[in-house]
Formats: sequence, C-alpha cells, structure tokens
Amino acid sequence: MTHFGTILTGIAFSPNLKANIFETLRLGSLLKASVILVHVGEKNEKKEQQISEYCNAFPKFKEHITIIWKSGNPVDVITTACIEQQADLLILGAAKRKKLNKYYLGAVAKKIAKKAPCSLLLFIKPSVERVPCRHVVVNGLKHPKTHNTIQASFEFSSAIGTNKMTIVEEIDQNEVTIKADDDKSLEKSTLLQEQIIERETSRVSKILNDIDESLKEGITIKSQGIFGTRGYSIGHYAKIKRADLLVMNKPEKSSFLDKIFPQDIDYILSELPTDVLIIH
Amino acid sequence: MTNARNIKTFFTALPKNIFAGFVVSLIALPLGIGLALASEVPPIAGIVTAVIGGVLVSILGGSNVTITGPGNGLVGVVAGAVLLYADQSELSGAEGIYQGYLIVLAAVICSGLLMLILGFLRLGKLSNYFPSSAIQGMLAAIGLIILGKQFHIMMGNRISRNGSLEYLTEIPQTIIKSFFYNDTSLTFAMLSGVISLVIMVFYAKIRNKYLQLIPAPMWIVLLAIGFSYYYELILKLPNPIHQNYMISGIPEAHEIVANIPKPNFNKVGTFGFWAVVLSLTLIASIESLLSIKAVDKLDPEKRRSNVNRDIKAIGFANIIAGFLGGLNVVTVIARSSVNVNNGASNRSSNFFHASFLVIFIVLFSAELTRIPLPALMAILVFTGWKLAHPSKIIDTFKIGKEQGFIFLTTLIITISIGLIEGIVAGIFATGLIHLLINKSVIPFLRNILKPNVLMFKESDTNNYYVSVKNFCTFLNFSKLKRKLDNIPETEIAIIDFSLCDFIDHTVMESMSDYKETFRKKGGTLEIIGLDLLDAGSKHPFGLRKILPVKKVLESTGVLTNRQELIKNIAKELDYNYTVRKKIETEYLENFIYFKTKTINHTYNEIGKKDTVFKVFDVEFYEGEFIAKEVVRSTMLYTEVEHHLPIFSIYREGLLELLYHYAGFKDIKIEKEPTFSKKFYIKGENDVAIQQLITPELAKFLLVNPNFHIESNGKALLIFTKERLAGVSEIKKMKVFANDLKKLL
Repeated sequence: MTHFGTILTGIAFSPNLKANIFETLRLGSLLKASVILVHVGEKNEKKEQQISEYCNAFPKFKEHITIIWKSGNPVDVITTACIEQQADLLILGAAKRKKLNKYYLGAVAKKIAKKAPCSLLLFIKPSVERVPCRHVVVNGLKHPKTHNTIQASFEFSSAIGTNKMTIVEEIDQNEVTIKADDDKSLEKSTLLQEQIIERETSRVSKILNDIDESLKEGITIKSQGIFGTRGYSIGHYAKIKRADLLVMNKPEKSSFLDKIFPQDIDYILSELPTDVLIIH
Repeated sequence: MTNARNIKTFFTALPKNIFAGFVVSLIALPLGIGLALASEVPPIAGIVTAVIGGVLVSILGGSNVTITGPGNGLVGVVAGAVLLYADQSELSGAEGIYQGYLIVLAAVICSGLLMLILGFLRLGKLSNYFPSSAIQGMLAAIGLIILGKQFHIMMGNRISRNGSLEYLTEIPQTIIKSFFYNDTSLTFAMLSGVISLVIMVFYAKIRNKYLQLIPAPMWIVLLAIGFSYYYELILKLPNPIHQNYMISGIPEAHEIVANIPKPNFNKVGTFGFWAVVLSLTLIASIESLLSIKAVDKLDPEKRRSNVNRDIKAIGFANIIAGFLGGLNVVTVIARSSVNVNNGASNRSSNFFHASFLVIFIVLFSAELTRIPLPALMAILVFTGWKLAHPSKIIDTFKIGKEQGFIFLTTLIITISIGLIEGIVAGIFATGLIHLLINKSVIPFLRNILKPNVLMFKESDTNNYYVSVKNFCTFLNFSKLKRKLDNIPETEIAIIDFSLCDFIDHTVMESMSDYKETFRKKGGTLEIIGLDLLDAGSKHPFGLRKILPVKKVLESTGVLTNRQELIKNIAKELDYNYTVRKKIETEYLENFIYFKTKTINHTYNEIGKKDTVFKVFDVEFYEGEFIAKEVVRSTMLYTEVEHHLPIFSIYREGLLELLYHYAGFKDIKIEKEPTFSKKFYIKGENDVAIQQLITPELAKFLLVNPNFHIESNGKALLIFTKERLAGVSEIKKMKVFANDLKKLL
C-alpha cells in the first residue's frame, strides 16, 4: 500500500481511549499497515498495562504495533513524531458539541491537523465494535492533487470493504456566468450548468479509467456535480447522503488572507459531517 | 426564424395590447391626478410619471404584463417632504409648496440613480431581506396615512395637521361636521366624495359586463364631468361644488412642454434630503418588487420577469421623470391586474397606456378641471382602506401572535415616527422574537455567514434536491432563493429542511409561493423534513411549521336554506354532499376560463365518490388590490371518456364583438353559420374544434344557449352565470351536462 504504510495516532487517557485504539488497530490490520501509538505524557505501569491489554485484542496484528512515550506540547510531539516515524496517516478523534448532534475538531487537534505533514483521518464516532463503512464520498475537484486523492481513496475503500463511492465535483457557482433572471436566461444557464457538469464528469471518468480494476471491484461508483462553495458543499452532501467517510484533498498552504477568511478546510474542521480522510 | 415569428406574434397581439392599454389608461388618468394631488404636487406630475414610466419601462424593462406609474406607497413621503421644504423656504402658500416640489424632484432623481445602481449590483431584490410581517405592517401604515389625510378632503373639510396620527383621530369630528355645513357648496363637495366612495365600494360587487368595461375610477370621472356639464348646459347654473374643491390648473399640452419644472438640488448636502431619497428608494423598490411578483402569478403565460432589468429600467425612468417634473415611477399592482384581465400579452400595453394618457391630456385637459377633488380623493381613501383593511391584522395574528406583534410594531412606529424608522423597528422586532424563541443568539452568530444551502441535480432521477442547514430566516433567505431561482419551474424540486433547526414565517410564506409557481408551470416543489420541528401555530405559514398536504377550512356547522335544498338533491340522486371548503382546486386551473383568475376554494360540493361528476360552488377572484373582484359561482365538473380539444364556448354578446375588433380570436364554424354567429368560441386547435361541432351539437347548443362550456381536454366545466345557481338551475345544469356528454 503506497498511501497507508504507517499509521500514527496520538493517545491520551480519555473515556474514548479504548474505542480510539480499537479503531486504529482495526484499520491498521485492514490496510496491512504498521501502527504507531504516540502517548503524550508520563509513562507509568498502569497505563502501559491498559494499552497492552487493548493491543492483545488483536493477536495477529500485535507485532506491527509500536508504542512511543513522549512528554511535551501535544501539538509539537505529534507533528515531530509524524516526521520522525515517516507516518503516512495520522488519526485524530473529534469532539461532540454539547446537546447538538454536531462534531468538531478540538483546538489542539485542529492545530495538529493544520501542521500535520501527512494524510489525516478524523474520526467522529470511534467505536469498539466494528461499524461497516458503506458509502465513501470523494472530492473530484479540478486540481492536480485530485488524481492522487482518488487513487488513495480507492486503496482505502477496497481495503475496508466499501461498496459505494461517489465522486463529487464541486463547481464554483461563479463558473455559471449566465445569471437566471427570466425564462430565457434560466434556460441558457441551465444548459450551461449541464455542460459544465458533463465536462467535469468526463474529467473524473478519465481519472477513474487510470485506476487499477482490482481496486474498483465490488464498488459502485457514481459521479455527482454540485454547484456551491468549495469544501463546504461536499460536507453538506456527505451529511445528507449519510456517507460514512468523506475523502478530500489537502488544501494549499494558507496565506495571510486565508487566516481571516475561512477556507474550505475550516468549514469541514469546524463541523465534521462524517469521518473525514484528508489525503496529503 | 424565431425572430421573424416573434415579430409576427408581436403584431398579431398588438390590437389586444392596445385595447388593454386603453382600459388601463382609464384608471391611470384619475389615479395619476389623485395621487399627485395627495402628494401636494401639481396634478399633471402624476400623468407625467405614468407616461414616462409607461414609455421607458415598456422599452427597457424585463417584466411582461406590468404597468408602471405613480404609486400609492410614496404619497406619504412625498407629501411630507414637500410640506417640510415648503415650510423651510421663506415663500408662503402655493409658491412655497412649489419650491418644495422642486426639491422633491431632485430627491426623485437621486432615488432613481440609487435604484439604477442597485439594479446593476444585482441588489434589486432588496425586499428579500425584509421580514414579510414587517412589510405587511408598513403597507398597512401607508394605507392608513393615505386614508387619514384624504378622508377629510373627501368630506369637504380640508385640514392641515402635523402628524398622520392626528389626521386619523380627527376622522369622527370631520364626519360630524359634514352634517352641519352652512355652505351648501361644501355639502355638494362632500356628496361628490361620498358618492364616489360608494361607487368604488360597490363596483366590484356588481357583475355586469357592460358596466365593468369601464373601470370604477373612470365612471367617477365621467359622472363628475357629466354633472358639471348638466349644471352648465341644461340648468345654466354655475357648478354647485365649492371652487376650492375643484381640480385646478391642468395645463394644456403645449404649456406642459413649455414649463418643465427645474429640479432644485440645493438641499443635496443635507441629511434630511438623503433620508427622503432613502425612503423613496425603499418604498419604490419594495412596492415594485411585490407588484412584479404578484403580476407574474397572474400572467396567463406564466412567464418569469427579469426583476433586475425591471429595477434598472424603473431607476432610469425615475431619473427622467424627476427631470421632467414627475414623481417616482413604480410597478403598480391594481393597474397591472386590470391590464392582465383585459388581455394584455406583452409590455407594449404599458406603452399604449402611456400613449392614451398623452392623447387624453392633449384632447381633454380642459374637461379634467370639472372633476371635484373629493371624488378623486374617494378613490385614494378606498385604496388606503384596501391597504389597511382590518382583515390584514387578523390574518397576521392567525399566522402567529408573534407575527401580529411585528406587524403592529411596524405599523405604529411608521405612523407615529416615520417610514424608515418603522421598517427598522419591524426588522428588530423580528430579530428579537427569533432570539426569544431560540433562547440563544449563538446559532445565528455562528452560522449567518456560512453557505447553508446545497443544491444538486440527482443524477439518477434528474430531480433537483435542495438541502438547507442550520437556520433559514429573512436574514439568509436570499441564499436559498438564489438556488431556487436557478431551478426551472417545470422540473421536480425537493426542498429538505431536515438539517434546519429554525425556519421563520417569511421563508414559509415564500416557500408556499414557490410551490404555487411550480404547480402552475407544470413542475412540483416538495418540502420535506419539517416533521421534527415544532409549529408556532396551526397556520401553514407559521414559523417552523409543517406544510400540510391538505388544507381544510372550518365551516360554520349550521346549514342555510339553499344548503338544505342542495342536500336534498344530493339525497334524491344518492350523491354525497360536503359543505366544507376545499382548497385542492388544481383540477380547475387548466380551464381557459381560470387562466387569469385565482381560485380561493370550492364548497357545497355534491357528487359521487368514485365517479368524476360533481357540482360545487366556487369562489375565485379577478384582479388585485383595488381592482380585485371576488366572484362566487356554481359550476358542474365532469370528466369525459375520450379526448376532447381544449375549448371555451359561450353566447356572444356586445363585448365579444368588441373583443373581435381588439384582435381576440373567435373560431369560425363555416358549416354552421347561425351557430358560429351566436357563439363565441375560443381554443387552441381550430380544426379539431371545427370537427367537434356537428350539426346535432350546434342545434342542441342553440336550443340551450345560456350555458358557458369549457373543456380542458379530458373534462368539461359547465356553468350559467357568474353567480351562485339556485337549486332548479343546478338540476337543469345536470340534465344539460348529461345530454351534452352524449352528443360529444
């Protein structure tokens, strides 16, 4: 597996610990990857014992697990660990907003997510039992990174046994240069929208053609064009389609202006619609 | 090729549009003069406004069957500004008022410029950002302002007060005073006003084709001029109405051109001036947008107006009107609805309405001075009454107490302080109520800037799917609206509110409008995901409320004499009888007859459950606002087994002869000349209709000439008159329908 050889996750002793470790190890074994658990904080026997107890639940996979104990600022510890261990995928857990059924990334996790040098998987509902991942939504933006993202999501999906994948082409509303003011312009703009979607679909299908057939086996592939704000509308789509995983490109380095105006990634991080995989 | 065809359609439709433009000009003339007088500007300014608006907007605008001219919403602002600047100028009386008028002209020009800019920035849809109950409250306040001030003039008791409230509270005094005028000329003035008001009120209730050919305001003008001539020529006496209550100074055409007033821009630097400009722009845009929206619903061809282009055209027309001495040009609902009802099919009717106004002024400007002022003001009082009708408050309270609160807040602040203050108060009241209902400000702050609407075309079903997140209120409705406007109304759209925590009344009301437009154009708009939300009231527009599939209105429970008799017939025929009002009237809407009419509901229905044969009373209306006429009629609906052409057949009258000259099509049946001459036949497929009329059918219809028959292709609609039928008539209708079905 080119994209997910080494999986790294930070662990802390929270009520979610067991579920987090179980999810990571399960994923590691499905992806046939090696897993590195990084604990930020003092090492002690009780903690060590608890972790190894959880690891024992995966007897066949045990030898691929490495545990690292390090103290310091969690943001720095995790990011340097990623670089040192040459991790391919970093897993982070999300927090749930009180009362509301909405998930977001905590302040620390958000900082790590922005600094991480590798791909990211954000879990909203880690669970001890296995919850099957049936439907994966992948972005099909017109961007050089997209090809890689789609390739990676196929590797990921075929490993975890997904049976449905939707490639969503988010199209900026500004591309529709004709505004629908009356019947005539509405007709024209509808036609233009259809043309754009057709163009995007054919672009995506070219990418799909390059993907190895063995990865596509057993997965129903659909393509859907959406006009809307980048990054945001795909999350909205994933939510209403009750997708289990959303796969996205990693955004470009943010400039000063981006810090003032929310970027597509910020929309997703502040309100996670599903589990999110961001491909580096 | 399409161009050539378009030009051909344009020319064939021309006579129809000239006719419609003519009828509209009959209302526009008295209204224009009346609105100008009420605005404290020279009467001719109203006509100038209508002419400039009619010419420019018909050429440059983006709507189809609207009429533009002086609007009633602006009367209060213009009159207030004119009087204020008259006070400030050192001149007294008429000269001071004229100075005020010149400054207002400058404000009109500036507001035109502002509207033009709004149009170019595509912000013309300003009214999307206002809560609908606040707009309703503002309109009611405008109505009260007009009514309050003009009522006194109508009663021959001209008074001058500082606030709108004082005018309203003094209405009882004026009524009492009017019984004790010492001067009989004042009593005559009062009588002319009261009689005119009676004409306005009862005109809509009388359904006589020939009476209805001339609109009520024109009847008032004609009667007033006739009265004046009666005194002058027959009694050889001076006009008994007090000279102060006659229209003065309608200049002749050449004088108008020679004396174009010069706008006075001296006050441009003051804050007050821009407050006036802002008020004018706000009301002109809101009134125009509401009217365009309402007229689009009336348009028999169901076209969508280009609102931004219309706003630009109106803005431009405002600038020109200001330079030529006119007031703000707005799209007006009553005149537009008359336009539609008289068969207008494109913008040229607006142009012709302007042209006829020019002809009237050139030919009859002298006659117009024979009109008494109270008669004209009666038209405005009626307008004000319609705007501020008590039913508006009751309806708003039915939607929800909080909507009533918003309505009243806006109304009271507008009347007691001012327009801008009123609408701002309405917006704040709405915002406050939303916060109180949600008990938190956080969801609004956190989500207001987020794009909360997702729309895509589902690739498997080709349906449009729209999902709305977080909250949807007047604050961010424009985002949803922009998406909805991108969906062709002939398609299927599904609006999903399941991710939405809060939806307000403004949105619910608009959704209901969208639903109707989709239905009329052959598409469907379905709303899902409201089940989880609490409803504020039982009303379908109430905030956070489920849109019920079937709306049921209450009935009183006690049957009238006629209802008892209908019930008896139902029993005799073994039919079911339902008293309650039914709002599901879609099956009637595709008959030619109902193309320009809006159906309220059907009631008193008898019919068998599993057959498609029923007789019912139906309530519908024609026209909007002061031109609105509510009609109740008894009709018979029956489906036929085989396909029929779409047609409408009824006995020809004088009016149809006139229609004939105005270019309305009457299908000729050459083999049946007597039949063809006696009946007026309308339809799309001439040949099929000609084949349908067999000698037997023609003979049958000639024997039973009183029935109006319509076909929508698969069903027949039969009725006799535009009124409720008696029990014996219902029986006759049934016999006729059975015989007709056999013949067809």
